Amino acid sequence: KKQHKKNKKDDRGPPEKEKEKEKASVLAPSKPATQSPAHKGTASKYVPLRSDYGYKVSLFSHLHQYSRKNPPTQQISIPATVIHPSIVRLGLQYSQGIIAGSNARSVALLHAFKQVIQDYSTPPNEELSRDLVNKLSPYISFLSQCRPLSASMGNAIKYIKKEISNIPSQCKEEEAKRRLQECIDSYINEKIILASEAISKYAIEKISDGDVILVYGCSSLVNHILCEAFEKQRKFRVIVVDSRPRLEGREALRRLVKKGIRCTYVLISALSYILPEVSKVFLGAHALLANGYVMSRVGTSQIALVAKAYNVPVLVCCETYKFCERVQTDSFESNELDDPDDLIVTRNGKTHLENWQTVKSLGLLNLVYDVTPPDFVDLVITDLGMIPCTSVPVVLRVKNVDQ
Amino acid sequence: MTRRRFLSGSASVQAFRRLDQLTILARNQRFTETPVKMPGADKETDLSERIESFLSELKRCGSGAGSLRGSAETARETTALLRRITAQARWGNAGELMEIIRKEGRRMTAAQPSETTVGNMVRRVLKIIREEYARSRGSSEETDQQESLHKLLTSGGSSEDNFRQHFAHLKANVIEAINELLTELEGTTDNISMQALEHIHSNEVIMTIGRSRTVEAFLKDAARKRKFHVIVAECAPFCQGHEMATSLCKEDIETTVIPDAAIFAVMSRVNKVIIGTQTVLANGGLRAVNGTHTLALAAKHHSTPLIVCAPMFKLSPQFPNEEDTFHKFVSPHEVLPFTEGEILSKVNAHCPVFDYVPPELITLFISNIGGNAPSYIYRLMSELYHPEDHELYTGK
Repeated sequence: KKQHKKNKKDDRGPPEKEKEKEKASVLAPSKPATQSPAHKGTASKYVPLRSDYGYKVSLFSHLHQYSRKNPPTQQISIPATVIHPSIVRLGLQYSQGIIAGSNARSVALLHAFKQVIQDYSTPPNEELSRDLVNKLSPYISFLSQCRPLSASMGNAIKYIKKEISNIPSQCKEEEAKRRLQECIDSYINEKIILASEAISKYAIEKISDGDVILVYGCSSLVNHILCEAFEKQRKFRVIVVDSRPRLEGREALRRLVKKGIRCTYVLISALSYILPEVSKVFLGAHALLANGYVMSRVGTSQIALVAKAYNVPVLVCCETYKFCERVQTDSFESNELDDPDDLIVTRNGKTHLENWQTVKSLGLLNLVYDVTPPDFVDLVITDLGMIPCTSVPVVLRVKNVDQ
Repeated sequence: MTRRRFLSGSASVQAFRRLDQLTILARNQRFTETPVKMPGADKETDLSERIESFLSELKRCGSGAGSLRGSAETARETTALLRRITAQARWGNAGELMEIIRKEGRRMTAAQPSETTVGNMVRRVLKIIREEYARSRGSSEETDQQESLHKLLTSGGSSEDNFRQHFAHLKANVIEAINELLTELEGTTDNISMQALEHIHSNEVIMTIGRSRTVEAFLKDAARKRKFHVIVAECAPFCQGHEMATSLCKEDIETTVIPDAAIFAVMSRVNKVIIGTQTVLANGGLRAVNGTHTLALAAKHHSTPLIVCAPMFKLSPQFPNEEDTFHKFVSPHEVLPFTEGEILSKVNAHCPVFDYVPPELITLFISNIGGNAPSYIYRLMSELYHPEDHELYTGK
């Protein structure tokens, strides 16, 4: 039972306070770019806070809900800003959904950081290892304002910060920058590109001739696996399941059809109809949590649930760099709320939800992620091999010991 | 003049009479300016016109081109039409009336097979005719049933010679019984909504899917005295959940619209799931809008009770075994629109309309005669329909 204290005035209160903070922060960037280390704590003050949009469902009032029509850069004055332009561009691409998918977002982030390191010059009386980390903090808070950071991005940032702080102080600046660029390149190569090769090799063993494979949404890894399997002359057909409002499955459909794979396309509400034909389900993941739960695009848990009811094996494909230390048991504690206006649709000339903001008791909920319990998942295919869902903390421990 | 000897109500003679009237009309038209109408012709052509227009409406509303009408309306119109057939068609005894109604019923169900309420109403009327006949004969229904069971065991003979006796008041009795049926139909939604307060307590979170007028009335009735929160799954691709949400908001019910993909994600906070359905099948399962099976599985996983609000006229004696007749599909452009042109020709897209929900996932049926468990549905069916009417295609 929930207490639903809906108070419209409360929603209007915080945004006003945030607007005042924004005004203060707009004046701030006129200070000189070099700061003493004492200002470390105030770095995030230079990033304007984005205001929430629309009525938030009370169960999710601890999360932010932004509108795509109010980009985060409206409050930033250019060029007198602390934030590097490639980071600004990246932030806009995230918030508008131009770059989507955890692998794509991580790779784009790392490339932007390479650019930042390239343009960086150590101020006098500073050490690169400490100052560069301070420089990165406002960038990261800006990016999290544009769109909350994913687990893969979080791990990548931790790795870079560790590499930067490990640079010895007698290293020259050019040498240090070159080393950092190499680190980033090798991270991308090992953790993402080579990992997907390894995962494809394991996964292709699991695809036999005559299979009917169900995939959900657009996972770059699963698409890669299917294309590789098709090239290795496996005979199978694919069913792509899609859901509103993102309709990412159409992108996956395009990529698979271009390769020549036979595909069928349905919406997620037709899942019970199509599942008796399916022999395997391949799912991608956004992150694997330390208690064995799989965090992925909303709808994945539903697919796993119905597949379990029809006794169809569910295989999750995930690189190890997406494993994270967090634990979560359901989709409420930490999630992401997307723009609620995406749910509005016009059918037969009628748009029922057009004025949902004016209606007092109506709320729209556009969740981005959900969490699948480990008993629905039969196998996780990672670059370290094929493991059950419950072995995730073992992998995390092994990784920590290595590092 | 020789034709006056064949005064009986069978359909072929009816056709001859109509032909007669038309030829008489034609002949008269040659000699007089104004056509002379026979007194009986009006009623019969009127009746067949009404039947034809009803059939064409049924055909149209299935394809989505005509106006979408709820099942309650269809049931009422079917019953009204059957009453008119009873009143205006020519028949001499109960057997002939049942034959006429069965024939028209077959045509109506063939026009729109997915609209099962039409077939259900036809079977109800057939059962009414049997009951009235048995009452006129003086025997009660129970002995009749026992007789037939006994006959099944011993002789296995059919009661062919029944239903041939002519009773003068049979027509009036049958029409009165059909009127009672119509009053019952009109009161179904209210009867269901009256039970709402027994099932919904304060501060509950209730989930529903798509749009059902019965559930809407149920929730609105409860909202007059209780405060609760409703989560509506929009049910793509037709997105009828949006209409449901806006209509519930008008009564100040706190509503949230979620996409279908988020059903399992929010299910852990839901206290009850209340849904409507298109048909209740004979084994207690449902034929409901697509996405309902996922909803039922998610509710079962979280041990959330699943309540189905369905009036009795939706109960159908069909079983879900016939795979090719169970599903209904509409144009796949709802799923993959024509704007995705390059891939459209290389891809199969499906858009099924209905889902099957097995009876193990359902907790309770709320109907106009009260609440029932799914295991009791077979008993209700034997009260509503006669076993020989389950198949409209065979029969005497």
